[in-house]
Formats: sequence, C-alpha cells, structure tokens
Amino acid sequence: MLKISLDKLGSLFDAIAEKEALYIPADKAGQPQYMRYQTGMQMTEALNTVRSAKDFFFPQTENLVNFKVSGKTIEIIDPRTEQEDFVVFGVRGCDVRSFSILDKVFLVDPIDTYYENRRKHGTIVSMACTRPSETCFCHTFGIDAAEPEGDAVCWKTEDALYIKANTEKGEALIEKIRPMLEESDDSAVEAQKAATREILGKLPLANFSTEKFGGDVLLKAFNSEKWASLSEACLGCGTCTFVCPTCQCYDIRDYDTGHGIQRFRCWDSCMYSDFTLMAGGQPRLTQKERFRQRFMHKLVYFPANNNGEYGCVGCGRCLSKCPISMNIVKVAKSLEGDL
Amino acid sequence: MNTEALIPKIGVVTKITQETPDVKTFQVVGLDGKKVFEHKPGQCAMLSVPGVGEGMFSITSSPTNKEYMEFSIKKCGCVTSWLHAMEPGQQITIRGPYGNGFPVDTDFLGKDLLVIAGGIGLAPVRSVINYCRDNHEKYGSIQVIYGSRSKDDLVKYKEIIDEWENDPNMIVNLTIDREQEGWDGHVGFVPNYVKELNPDTSKTVIMCGPPVMIKFSLAGLKELGFKETQVYTTFELRMKCGIGKCGRCNIGNKYVCKDGPVFRFDQMDELPNEY
Repeated sequence: MLKISLDKLGSLFDAIAEKEALYIPADKAGQPQYMRYQTGMQMTEALNTVRSAKDFFFPQTENLVNFKVSGKTIEIIDPRTEQEDFVVFGVRGCDVRSFSILDKVFLVDPIDTYYENRRKHGTIVSMACTRPSETCFCHTFGIDAAEPEGDAVCWKTEDALYIKANTEKGEALIEKIRPMLEESDDSAVEAQKAATREILGKLPLANFSTEKFGGDVLLKAFNSEKWASLSEACLGCGTCTFVCPTCQCYDIRDYDTGHGIQRFRCWDSCMYSDFTLMAGGQPRLTQKERFRQRFMHKLVYFPANNNGEYGCVGCGRCLSKCPISMNIVKVAKSLEGDL
Repeated sequence: MNTEALIPKIGVVTKITQETPDVKTFQVVGLDGKKVFEHKPGQCAMLSVPGVGEGMFSITSSPTNKEYMEFSIKKCGCVTSWLHAMEPGQQITIRGPYGNGFPVDTDFLGKDLLVIAGGIGLAPVRSVINYCRDNHEKYGSIQVIYGSRSKDDLVKYKEIIDEWENDPNMIVNLTIDREQEGWDGHVGFVPNYVKELNPDTSKTVIMCGPPVMIKFSLAGLKELGFKETQVYTTFELRMKCGIGKCGRCNIGNKYVCKDGPVFRFDQMDELPNEY
C-alpha cells in the first residue's frame, strides 16, 4: 500500500495536473460537482456530486458531425479533435460501476467511437466511501463502497490518502507520482473498510435486495394497477434520468449555426412525452407507460440483455432529487406484493 | 458495419416519382453513382436533410436492384415534407442498413408467401416481394392482398398492374376502402377481404400496415387457421440512432432498430404491448 500525507494532497494534484487534465469533485456555489483541477482547489467534503460522472464519457451534449450545405450539395465534416488524456479523481464506487454498465451499451457492436475514445483516454481513480448516506443502496447491486473498482482506488483517512492500482492504467498513473508516495502498511485502510461496512449494514436500505424483483419477476408486474398510482404524481421533469449515472438515452438533432449545420447528440429522457412520439402515433400514451419504461429498463430489460446485470448502481441520486419523492426503491417495494 | 455508425454518407436523389397524393418514391445513389450499401429485404436506412433532421425509412427496393435504392415515403412530418419538396439532383445523407430484415434465407425458403399490406405499408414489403420474384426458384407462389383508402392511394400501382399481375407466380388482390368512380375491383377493408379470399393456411404471411389493419387481419388469419408462428410483420417506432443505443424504439428488451424491425407474431406475445 502507498500513501501520501493529506497536507501534501495539493502538491499531488499539481503533479498529476502537470501531466494530464485532472478533474476532482469540488464545491461550486454550494453544489459538489466535478471540476477541472487548478492549483489550490479543494476536494468537496460531500459524499457525492449532484450530477454523476457519466459526463466524462457521455457528455450532456456533443457535436457528432457537421454539414456544409450549398445548393443541392452537402459536405460532411468530422468535427472531432484529438482527445486529451485525463484523470477523474475521487469517483465513488457506484459511479465507477456505472461506467461498466455504459460500456455494455456503447462498446458493443457497433461501437460508439465517441464514447470509446474518451474511455481510452480517461483514467478513473475511485475513492472509498466513509459516510454512506441513507439514500445509498449500492450494496444491492454487489458494489463495495468501502473498496470501489476503478483504475486505481483511494482511501482518505484523517491524515493520509492511501492509493492502490487495479489496472495498467492505474499503475501508469501511480508510476508518475511514485516519488511523492511512501510505503505503508494497510492497517488504517483495513480499519476504515471495516468501519464503513458497519455503517453500510445499518443503513435504511441495507436489506433492500434484488431477490424481491430479480430475474423476470418484475415483468410479471407489468400490468399491475399500482403503476397508475406510482406514476400519478410524476411531473415528467426528467430529473431522475439526468442525475442518473446509467441513464444513457440520447437524442440527435441538427442546429443551423448560420455557417453550417451542426448535428449534435444530447441526453434525452424516456420520461418525456415526445421521446417516442411519431407522426403516426404514440406507443407510450401516458406518463404511466413512460414511468414504467424507466424502471422496467433498469430492472428487467437491461438485465435480460446483459447476463442479469442491473442498470442501477444504487447511488441514490433519484431518491434525493425527485421533486415528488418517487424512486426506484419505492417502485420495487410497492410492487413486491404483485410479484 | 461502419464503426463510425452515426456519421452518414452522401446520397444523391436521382429520381422522384409521385406515387399517390402524399407518397413519393425517391431513387438514391452514392456520389459515385452506385448503391451506397447493400441490404437485405426488410432492412431500413436513416435518411436526413441536414438542418432538418434524420428519419428511419424502410428500403423499398429489392437488393436485387443493383443500380440504386428506392424509398417510398409518405409526407407526414418535418423531414418528409422537406424530402417531398426536393428536386432530382439534391443530395441527402444516408446511413445503414439497419435491422434484421425478413428471413428470406431461412424461414421463407420454399414457402408460398401471402403478403398483406395496407396503405404505405406496402413500402417495406415491396422489397421482399421483388426479391422473391427475382429469386423465384427458391420460393413458392406469392399472393399479395393490398388495400388502400382509394385507388389513388395505392402505392406502386403501375408496377402492380404492369408487372405483378402479369407474373404467373403471383396472385394480386387489390381493394379500396370505399366505392370510387373508375374502380371495378374489390371494395372493403383489408381484414375482411383476407377472410373472404380464404387463403391456404400453409402459406407464410407477411403483414405491414396501420395497427388497426394488423390487429384485425391477424385475428382473421387465426380464425382461418393460421398460427402466429407463420405470420411476420415489420414495425416502426421512433428512432434516432438506429443501432440500439439511443433507447427509444424498444418494445420490452427488444430494440426495433436492431432486433427488428421484422418480428414473428409469436415473438411479440412475449413482449409488452407497447407498440
């Protein structure tokens, strides 16, 4: 195990940022979010960022292709520039897992090269949780918040930051900062892991388990009358999908800049009525169908196509951000009776 | 497949034919004058008018047409209105092909085919009809039951009259919804006509048309003794990517753009009724 004293964390960040772009979770206007590191910037004390870390690989908007139209002719222009190497530091276990879920969408044939390129150039340094909150349920999906995945993993104690590489990318990063690190035993890390796991075991959602809705079980509740009452208050605001680390639905649109056409993709939401609207009709007629789609996708359809892996990481963002306090846990629990 | 799946190629619209008051057929080739890509009957392509948007359209022409691709498109929205306003020589963008297509190399081999189509629903199945005509030694007979609102709304009417009706291997049954001057053919809705014609239940059925036609035709076929395992249809839901990633064309865990658009009805039974 390698460690660095916390008072030297700033110089560690400086050293990484000197070589490649570094992003850390920091507070901006009272909201924790990932920001490009500049000397003096402090990591947030908050448990997690308001938005997930999916932006690094699947940004909210991105330019796919440009067109120059003149008369009857069209010229196609690939707008991409070289992708820089970057490090995302301090990603929680839930968000790290979300990348492997997004991989199962974007890296299967045909590969999304925009996403793939960012994945190749990004190094993920995760950070173990020490104070998981009442909305956390990552353990439901087999994620260990006390020892997250990632190219490298960190544990922050009261006086030091411990770091360990999990992949070649992680080893390469540690190699670059190796002179600043010192060897240490892992007793402090083991103590922290044990303490965190004890808290995890006492959380309100500690007993929330996939056994109740696993496999195709939830599909049997597709026609449950409860969907109507569960979705009744849904505003269709899409907040759940925007803060969700695994929601990956997107729209493709054209924008006339006045100098040419930009075709861009942006996040879209299955909660929106025009998501599936066609000239010929609407397959999901009311908010009930749209609401049901989101949970069915994460808990039934995605696992059906991906060897049982769920499309949820239990980060709890939808629990804390939904304006009507409806969420995946409430849905699963209230449908249990119908299963 | 092209790994840059979302970056289209340029297509040139070389010929535009007015088929019905609101349907035009567009011939498309690449900049080199050749087909932009090869496809299987029933597959689709994403066409776009830059600055307006993209839309998924079934490829109406058969893969056996080696010169160009055809798209029969009904004017009913933004992109389609722009396409309808075009003149030959105009460039558009095109990417694809997308979807599974009809099982012409497996399930259809040696079978007598019954094609049931309504309105613009002829567009996706014309591809498989002409493919099977051009490879007639591999398939049995082809019966087409095709209906539309009026005589003027029958897509590809000239080809149907001049070629299909003269094909000894084909039976063509046309119908229109209401009596019309100059029409001495059958009058009535497609599902009823199917029952009247009482086709042989050994046939493999391909259906495409408005949902209401599909629903009642399927019920009629079942009454006649057809099984869901011998009835195929092709779907269209809203699509943006065409490659199973943008997340909107799913019916249950199946993506229409990737796992479809062709489904057999017994497969649909396993999926939620959201289409």
